[in-house]
Amino acid sequence: MNAHQIICPASGAPPVEKAIPGIRVENLKLRFGEQTIFENLNFEIKGGEFVVLLGSSGVGKSSLLKIIGGLAKATAGTVTGTDGLPVADRIAYMGQQDLLFPWLNVFENVTLGARLRREKIDRNWAGHLLERVGLADRHKVLPSQLSGGMRQRAAIARTLYERRPIVLMDEPFSALDAITRAMVQDLAAEMLEGRTVLLITHDPMEACRLGHHLIVLSGHPARLGTPITVAGKPPRSPDDPELQKSQGELLRLFVENAR
Amino acid sequence: MSGALFSRLGAGGRGLVIFFGLVSIWWAAAVVFRLPPYMLPTPPLVAEALWNGRGYLFEHTLITASEIALGLFFGLSCGALLALTMVYSPMLQRWLMPVLVISQAIPIFALAPLLVLWFGFGLSSKVVAASLVIFFPVAASFYDGLRRTETGWMELARTMGASPYAQLRHVRLIAALPAFGSGLRVAAAVAPIGAVIGEWVGSAGGLGYVMLNANARMQTAVCFAALFVLSLMAVGLWQLVDVLLKRILYWVPDANRAD
Repeated sequence: MNAHQIICPASGAPPVEKAIPGIRVENLKLRFGEQTIFENLNFEIKGGEFVVLLGSSGVGKSSLLKIIGGLAKATAGTVTGTDGLPVADRIAYMGQQDLLFPWLNVFENVTLGARLRREKIDRNWAGHLLERVGLADRHKVLPSQLSGGMRQRAAIARTLYERRPIVLMDEPFSALDAITRAMVQDLAAEMLEGRTVLLITHDPMEACRLGHHLIVLSGHPARLGTPITVAGKPPRSPDDPELQKSQGELLRLFVENAR
Repeated sequence: MSGALFSRLGAGGRGLVIFFGLVSIWWAAAVVFRLPPYMLPTPPLVAEALWNGRGYLFEHTLITASEIALGLFFGLSCGALLALTMVYSPMLQRWLMPVLVISQAIPIFALAPLLVLWFGFGLSSKVVAASLVIFFPVAASFYDGLRRTETGWMELARTMGASPYAQLRHVRLIAALPAFGSGLRVAAAVAPIGAVIGEWVGSAGGLGYVMLNANARMQTAVCFAALFVLSLMAVGLWQLVDVLLKRILYWVPDANRAD
């Protein structure tokens, strides 16, 4: 039942591109020694949807994301695309830090994937992305000379350079100040539109701004709550009354869960 | 006022002040305590020995220099290879680490006579001695650097489809360069020690041989001259490594700032 609720597109969700696969998680279980982090996890993210996964720290959000991305192994269960094919080679990953390589300049960081796979660098595509994230005039600069917001924008460009249909993001904006964060969120929402995105955050505001749907992971072992749909099309304006309402409800829910 | 003068001196100026300061103290000590030249020759006597024996000293400097260069080459290569082996094979690491530690617990002074016995009076025993003292700091620090590669970088590379070789070549090796650099600095400092100890124990050439020979004949000024050339060489080597590392590690903030 849960899965179906997520599949139902929210009103105002962007048209889903046929070629973009979603993510299907079935009976996923993760144990570390004696401790069960989560089990019987089932959900589906429809192709082209932006879904935000919320939960307090230590609940297993990052582990779940790493399993989906093929970076960690689950104890049991499967992750596939909604087309039935594996997803690990179709994802782009954005971690908690920007993970820019300090020895490469912005352009080289954006085109890192090509270098790692020994492919020819697509200069036009990289140039276009740098233009869109507003770093065209800084493409020769080392990451250490960029502000936090700029670094995060470079990381977004690097993520998009991969042309992967699925994007996994692990609290990518948590280190930014509130204003920069709002700006980078707008940019990310705009640039990721049409892709399948699963974003982890513990910030209710971020979740309500960006997600078509929100799912909450809580408890020990963790379970998924009923998906929440915020009205309106993301990115929602920070002063949107719907957003304020959902955000407030989420926060209340978290506080109640924590008790 | 003098504080302002001293703080305005560059690295070269400071070096000169230290050099002439030490020479003045040495000279003053020789004069004030009326030490005979065979105990403590005055700087002019050493300068004279340096000039008169320039051909002889140059010849032996070349020998010591080539021992140091070869020792660095073999010590660095073996150290780096061992570090790589231990990182990629935890099983070998568990077996090799104790051997490595034991090899360092035996002082090179104790080993040097055996090396001369096994490798002869020529160049090879000194090269082996120098390699032995260089090898450990390089292996230990490089291994540490390789082991502590930021996991986020490795995960990012994996999601980008990097082969194990590409992960090593583009991420791990470069990320471990600062650690390798600190090993190399230590190596540059101890390399002359290894070579000279080898020469003291048994040799027919090199600055260590010159010093022993001069000492036995009470030609203390010649001994000092050889010592002077040796320190010059050691400082030069250190500077060379320093310049090289600052070039390579342009992206490490400390490498640029440290003066």
